[in-house]
Amino acid sequence: MRVGNLLATVLANAMAAIFLAAAIPAVAEPAAAKLLKSTADHSKFKVLNQDFSSGPEVTKACLSCHTEAAKQIHQTQHWKWEFINPQTKQVLGKKHIVNNFCTSVASNEAACNSCHIGYGWRDDKYDFTVEENVDCLACHDHTGKYKKPSGFAGLPVTKDTEFPPGSGKIVRGINLKEIAQKVGPTTRATCGACHFNGGGGDGVKHGDLDSSLEAPGKNLDVHMDVKGLNFSCATCHKTDGHQVSGSRYSPTARDKAPAHLRGEAKKTNPATCQSCHGQAPHKLARLNDHTRKLACQTCHIPTFARGGQPTKMWWDWSTAGKRGADGKMQVLKDEDGYDTYMTIKGDFKWAEKVKPEYVWFNGTVKYTLRGDKIEKGEKPTAINQFEGSPTDGKSMIWPIKMFRGKQQYDPEHKTLVVTHLAGNDDTAFWKNLNWEKAVATGMARANAPFSGKVDFIETYSMWPINHMVAPKEKALGCLDCHSVGGRLAGIQGIYLPARDNNKLVDTVGWAVVFLTLLGVFGHGVLRIVTRRKH
Amino acid sequence: MAERIYVFKRFERFWHWSQAGLIMFLMLTAFDIHGTYAIFGFEKAVNYHTIAAWSLVGLWVFAIFWHLTTGEWRQYIPTTEKVVAMAQYYLFGIFRNAPHPFRLTQLRKHNPLQRLAYLVVLLFISPLIWISGWLYLFYADWAAWGLPNLQLEWVATAHTLGAFMMLAFLIAHVYLTTAGHTPLAHIKAMITGWEEVD
Repeated sequence: MRVGNLLATVLANAMAAIFLAAAIPAVAEPAAAKLLKSTADHSKFKVLNQDFSSGPEVTKACLSCHTEAAKQIHQTQHWKWEFINPQTKQVLGKKHIVNNFCTSVASNEAACNSCHIGYGWRDDKYDFTVEENVDCLACHDHTGKYKKPSGFAGLPVTKDTEFPPGSGKIVRGINLKEIAQKVGPTTRATCGACHFNGGGGDGVKHGDLDSSLEAPGKNLDVHMDVKGLNFSCATCHKTDGHQVSGSRYSPTARDKAPAHLRGEAKKTNPATCQSCHGQAPHKLARLNDHTRKLACQTCHIPTFARGGQPTKMWWDWSTAGKRGADGKMQVLKDEDGYDTYMTIKGDFKWAEKVKPEYVWFNGTVKYTLRGDKIEKGEKPTAINQFEGSPTDGKSMIWPIKMFRGKQQYDPEHKTLVVTHLAGNDDTAFWKNLNWEKAVATGMARANAPFSGKVDFIETYSMWPINHMVAPKEKALGCLDCHSVGGRLAGIQGIYLPARDNNKLVDTVGWAVVFLTLLGVFGHGVLRIVTRRKH
Repeated sequence: MAERIYVFKRFERFWHWSQAGLIMFLMLTAFDIHGTYAIFGFEKAVNYHTIAAWSLVGLWVFAIFWHLTTGEWRQYIPTTEKVVAMAQYYLFGIFRNAPHPFRLTQLRKHNPLQRLAYLVVLLFISPLIWISGWLYLFYADWAAWGLPNLQLEWVATAHTLGAFMMLAFLIAHVYLTTAGHTPLAHIKAMITGWEEVD
């Protein structure tokens, strides 16, 4: 009721203001009158004018007006960390997959789930139906002060806390009241708080998503350019009832639909390039011809990790565990300050301005899941494989980041493993550096069989490159692909002028040309010689 | 002594030389696109090649019209008469200063071997280049034209094959211009229109 009254007052005031503004001539208009983008000033809500001691308390307050928000969130991938691929029927999502970064969430929830949009997901007994456990602030914070430190199972810390207990390190408490009063739509910073830091740090995982996109210039991203279009993530990843469009588990590899008309009900993905630019975006017809086989990203994202932040390209877990000369866990860094070796994680390689690799991709991504058999051999194991071929009629040539490394697996059961890395207990790898114990705990938590042996296997994972779209002047030029040894040197199934030729035609062709030259030359010489005789 | 015959009319000479220039420029850009060398670079070479190709299309529209309306197309009707004699002349007679077996007139300005050669160019090499080139230009429309299974590789290979044949023709053609009664006689005729005959 109180909120209702307040709203009524706010509305009445707003209407009065509009009336006055219309009635009074422009001269009298106050110079600093700023048009508010939001119709609600959250600092005026009484329910938010209280000292919150926990995240769920804030959510309760949010839900007192936004009554259906938690129900919407409960249906999202962001909440469930589970995605059933409609094509492959594979059960994916962070909850289930094993990757080749920190490998898996299971048994590490307290650490990993600081990026879950919920509160308190600490183990496999988490109740996904509790509404006040939805974390509104993770996505709607506008102060930049909202933090969910690793180790707290996705809970913000409101009072200064020693963590880990007995370590003497203090995690500072944050003021949730201030944050709650300043909420707003998602921003590049709120999405980026997790998505820029995937894989355990800035730029580590994706390569096309890192903190440089928080306020990018035009050359880094033509759409998010702060001085230009200034898109937020949600401008493209248009949400509907909190369902965020666009998925890397099931990407839209080939969008043949026309551009979305405003207001038109559409079932196609609004986050594709074509959803705005349509099917023939170039002035030159010859460039439009390329859209039959090439994803827009292939030419328009010439390199990734171009914002000054490198991305991880290689992670070798097999070298983890080596302590420094002092017997302590060590971190070695390169001249730029990036980790090249960590006792708890192994060896890393970083790279900047990386040229993507290119593959035929039809939108189907096949994962190697926990129970799947893998074989240690010459070829590395695919954590996920982008499927596609030049002939299936559905594939386009896509740029990807190939992330390679070596990771722990069970050499007897021949499966990827779940490893208990983070935790303040005896089996956590990051505490005791014992692979067998760590994997045993992880596999027990995942209810998966474990032989007791740990070996290392080379793996790769594929990441679609979609962001860091360059201005058109900086897109790839013809020669980048139309040349021998160009970007698409490894792409089969297309005839690429200047890269390809028919060897037989070329050989015979030049032979005929050469013989003709030789013939006319000989004929001419003979004529000159015989003419002199006469 | 030498008699002068007016064999190449003004339009014909214009057509011949602009076509020659365009074809040589097309060759130059073609092998750039093919990746044989990089004079203009791929992008410019493609643009120039396309412009030159369309120019040649335009020129041909006029040339076909001219040939049909003037009846000059008959000059390309092949004949078996004196073909062997011509071949023998190029193979032997020319070295012995033997008389040219063919005497050209306004109605028969190409010798029998020329007629055959031009006919091969007109009926085989040109269509090969034209059709494949046309398809190349309209790559995006193949499906709309009912050719969804056409492969760029076939089109490109056919186009390249045509280019090699045209290049070989060009070499022989340019050389044989020197086979007149003086080395520059034929060239002069193609410039002035007047051919000197014995």
